[in-house]
Amino acid sequence: MNFFLISLIKTGIVAGALLTTLAYLQWIERKLLAHIQLRLGPYRVGFNGLLQPLADVIKLATKEGFVPSHVNTFFYVLAPFLAVLFALISICVIPFGPSVEIFGIRTDMGLADLNIGVLFVLAISSVGVYGIALGGWASNNKYSLLGGLRSSAQMISYELPMAIALAAPLLLLNDLSLRTIVGEQGGYYLGFIPRWSIFQMPFPQFFSFLIFLVSAFAETNRVPFDLPEAENELVGGFHTEYSSLNFAAFFMAEYANMITVTCMATVLFLGGWQPLFPSAMGSDLVPVVLLLAGAAMLFYHGIFEPIKGRSWDRISFPAFGVIFGIVALLFLVPILKPILIPLFWFVAKTGTLLFLFIWVRGTLPRFRYDQLMNFTWKFLFPVAILNLLITAFAVALQGQKN
Amino acid sequence: MDLILFLIFAALAVVCAVSLVVQKHPIGSALSLIGVMGSLAILYLLLGAEFIAAVQMIVYAGAIMVLFVFVIMLLNAGSETTIGRSWPSRIFGIPLITVFLGLLAYLLQRMAPSLGMVSFGAFNTGAKEIGRSLFTTYLLPFEVTSILVLIAILGAIVLARKEID
Repeated sequence: MNFFLISLIKTGIVAGALLTTLAYLQWIERKLLAHIQLRLGPYRVGFNGLLQPLADVIKLATKEGFVPSHVNTFFYVLAPFLAVLFALISICVIPFGPSVEIFGIRTDMGLADLNIGVLFVLAISSVGVYGIALGGWASNNKYSLLGGLRSSAQMISYELPMAIALAAPLLLLNDLSLRTIVGEQGGYYLGFIPRWSIFQMPFPQFFSFLIFLVSAFAETNRVPFDLPEAENELVGGFHTEYSSLNFAAFFMAEYANMITVTCMATVLFLGGWQPLFPSAMGSDLVPVVLLLAGAAMLFYHGIFEPIKGRSWDRISFPAFGVIFGIVALLFLVPILKPILIPLFWFVAKTGTLLFLFIWVRGTLPRFRYDQLMNFTWKFLFPVAILNLLITAFAVALQGQKN
Repeated sequence: MDLILFLIFAALAVVCAVSLVVQKHPIGSALSLIGVMGSLAILYLLLGAEFIAAVQMIVYAGAIMVLFVFVIMLLNAGSETTIGRSWPSRIFGIPLITVFLGLLAYLLQRMAPSLGMVSFGAFNTGAKEIGRSLFTTYLLPFEVTSILVLIAILGAIVLARKEID
């Protein structure tokens, strides 16, 4: 009974956090893209547009869920459901932190620890294509069909380099369970270089990290690989015929996939919750310093140097500054420390990668379709195999020495 | 708990298999086949063969069936056109197949009576054991299969090449 209760609470927390992150990731993306393009972005709803996600959800939910007469109704309704299901399910094997003790109960931070965690994520991501492909086909519209076809071809092609890039760090870390994988990346070389996969001897996995990232962009249909929904050629691609919550489901699936792949990259290559440098050198103070710096900046801009015409900033910026300060102080409470510090490092790494996703979207143009295919089959795939071979060779040589 | 899950997913596998045959539209059949493979993966999981379950999902449901669906969508195959069945097949079809399958099951039961019961979680083998046995005990069959697959890939390329030129 205890196990079920704890699992239920943990599932609630993770699901709530994931869905909130999904909603706010979109706000962050719009804000960041706006600032990259020298605009303000969402600004009207709430302070600095902070309530914009809520407004979007209300708008999408109250719209008419229109099913066109020419579609294949069963598959048309099934497709967004499948897309969301497969996008949200992989989060349950991601470990967010070490095992902690709360109110005398010892539990792992993370929902489930499968022996085959990596393979589970691969399996789910490999069937994730059905949502998009079926949606494109069932819409009975040539643009949607082209979008669905492109998406399935692209996801089959990029799955290969991604899986091979994942195999290389697994050779170093010697396990398939994601929790053990993070545990294997603990410790430091020379006292300060972390033993993350991208730094780990005998062959640092920097190249496979890059290959994984590029394939992840393609797997999640993000710019520069967002050909399934290329607006200038395909109207809206696979979701042209979708409206209301069905459309929102595809959107949610895309963002959930982004979060999953960044979590996977964090766990496999960036050492999960392991800090960048040892806590003896003060890595526990990093979140405090960062948050206090943010608070100081908010106070400075709110009180001493407000931007003209933004009178609300005089109240909202200091208020958020106070919140930042309180959160910073939470990191100093001894009881909360073992929970918050690993969580901070995990979120910081994942957030950096998510920022990279958005940054790339604001920077790069879209590939042409033949370039996309040539890139993966003629460059990414051979490089991934070469990287795997070199890693295997290095690991075998090291095993011989010991 | 295990038994309930087994009953649910075994029933699902059978229902999907029947639907695979009955469906008129190729996409419906393909999706039913995916349902069969997913249920089988969960049955493997119940037996404790996690690695096999994951591979079943990745290879069959994830790669092969995506290709099937892709080809069906690319060719835009329509619904199956049924021709009227002859009267003997309508009357005797289902009884005959039932009798045939019953006989087959009976004979198999008679010829291999020593099949033991399988319990849940009996095959608790991880990826490590499977990998080790593939590269030691079963090395020759494994390599021969790889070469066979390589030949098939080369054959596919040669066949496709002719079309392009």
